[in-house]
Amino acid sequence: MDKVIITVVGKDTVGIIAKVCTYLSEKNVNVLDISQTIVQEFFNMMMIVDINQAQVSFEEIYTRLEQLGEEIGVKIHCQREEIFTKMHRI
Amino acid sequence: MLNMFEVIETNNMIEHERLDVRTITMGISLLDCCDSDLNVVNQKIYEKIVRYAQNLVATGEEIARDFGVPIVNKRISVTPIALVGGCACKNPEDFVTIARTLDRAAHEVGVNFVGGYSALVSKGMTAADENLIRSIPQALACTERVCSSVNVGSTRTGLNMDAVRLMGGIVRETAEATREQDSLGCAKLVVFCNAPDDNPFMAGAFHGVTEADAIINVGVSGPGVVKVALEKARGENFEVLCETIKKTAFKITRVGQLVAQEASRRLGVPFGIIDLSLAPTPAIGDSVAEILEEIGLERVGAPGTTAALAMLNDQVKKGGVMASSYVGGLSGAFIPVSEDQGMIDAVTEGALTLEKLEAMTCVCSVGLDMIAIPGDTSPETIAGIIADEAAIGMINQKTTAVRVIPVIGKKVGDTVEFGGLLGYAPVMPVNSYSCEKFVNRGGRIPAPIHSFKN
Repeated sequence: MDKVIITVVGKDTVGIIAKVCTYLSEKNVNVLDISQTIVQEFFNMMMIVDINQAQVSFEEIYTRLEQLGEEIGVKIHCQREEIFTKMHRI
Repeated sequence: MLNMFEVIETNNMIEHERLDVRTITMGISLLDCCDSDLNVVNQKIYEKIVRYAQNLVATGEEIARDFGVPIVNKRISVTPIALVGGCACKNPEDFVTIARTLDRAAHEVGVNFVGGYSALVSKGMTAADENLIRSIPQALACTERVCSSVNVGSTRTGLNMDAVRLMGGIVRETAEATREQDSLGCAKLVVFCNAPDDNPFMAGAFHGVTEADAIINVGVSGPGVVKVALEKARGENFEVLCETIKKTAFKITRVGQLVAQEASRRLGVPFGIIDLSLAPTPAIGDSVAEILEEIGLERVGAPGTTAALAMLNDQVKKGGVMASSYVGGLSGAFIPVSEDQGMIDAVTEGALTLEKLEAMTCVCSVGLDMIAIPGDTSPETIAGIIADEAAIGMINQKTTAVRVIPVIGKKVGDTVEFGGLLGYAPVMPVNSYSCEKFVNRGGRIPAPIHSFKN
């Protein structure tokens, strides 16, 4: 397992999850968990994905998703899981 | 499994509350660069620094990208140069060549500061120590990225008052040597008591002789995160307040621990320590003063400031210690004036004085830091300020330091602009009564009675 957290924050529009998931499936990135909510009228989505079998590097996924975010008009971040588990788990 | 609110909390800290890792500092021992030929020493120093630190900046950027957390500075600390150059340097000018070499190496590897142009003279000075100290004004004037520090006392040895007197003059000379840049050289010069061997923060970082060949030390930050957490605890009692600070400090420190371990693994250099300091920047919302005001002070400097700071400092340590396997360095809240907007405002409005700042240094790291004083302040008065601060460190078994900037040509009420992380500062008044006879006595102040623990 090589877990990465993808977060999407921005104005809600049609097809955000579809676009992100399409890219991930093309690159053989496995989605383990997905959740979404609206906080103060902003769309918030979090995905936990496994990039162990991915056809491309973390760097490429990071860069491409950032671009994709710009195209859709939302912010997409890709971060390795440890920053969150270290902070919130003893 | 992680939940969304935890992820949002972390990312809010980074995006809106200025959580960052302030510095990854690679400590490099230069003891094996000693030689009697000055050219050989310079060549060995340059080669060793470049060899060890060539990937430091790129690795720092890679880690920042992988975890989505900014790593503001990548820096190097080296063995105190008085020890490394002692055999080859016969006069202050010889030492200046090493300062130039350090600057060149810093530019080559892309770090923004290299610390360790230092001498440890808490009990006495060798000829090399004195030559290095006398070279500091010129060394800091002709280099950009070199930082210098001198340890003039410790709880175990007492205070070397000859060194204190000498440093009063050196601070003033450094100010004059860099007068064209508002005496900026003094911002790169720290006078310590009880200096730690593993401090990652500039300008006082050096790689102590008790350290391994190379080591990774990390300084965390996050005053903004603590302030936002405390906003949610408004009106609560001290128990709730302290718990909030501890929990927040734990979270901040865990990020530092993760970054330190990753940097250590990727660079193949052992992990040394995490420094738990709350380090402010001039940016709004990144201020230790604002935390103290959030705790309940109208302005920093009001009665209660020292107590509030003591509590803050202690809770940050209690929360941080559990988050890291090794804690060291300075580990405490920094209260630099020019680097903290809340401090600047308090000084400008007359709420905060030099004397109150001195009291605050009794309970927190690290000392009178980044304080602009009038350019005509005498070397003896500067030495007196250093002696007072060092005495606080010596008696309280803690690190204290002085980084004051006598800004040549400026007087009380003027403002000095240092730029970048160093910020700007109003020139503060200094007590005008003389301490000349005291400072000029010479010799040492003996170690305090509680240092004899054997």
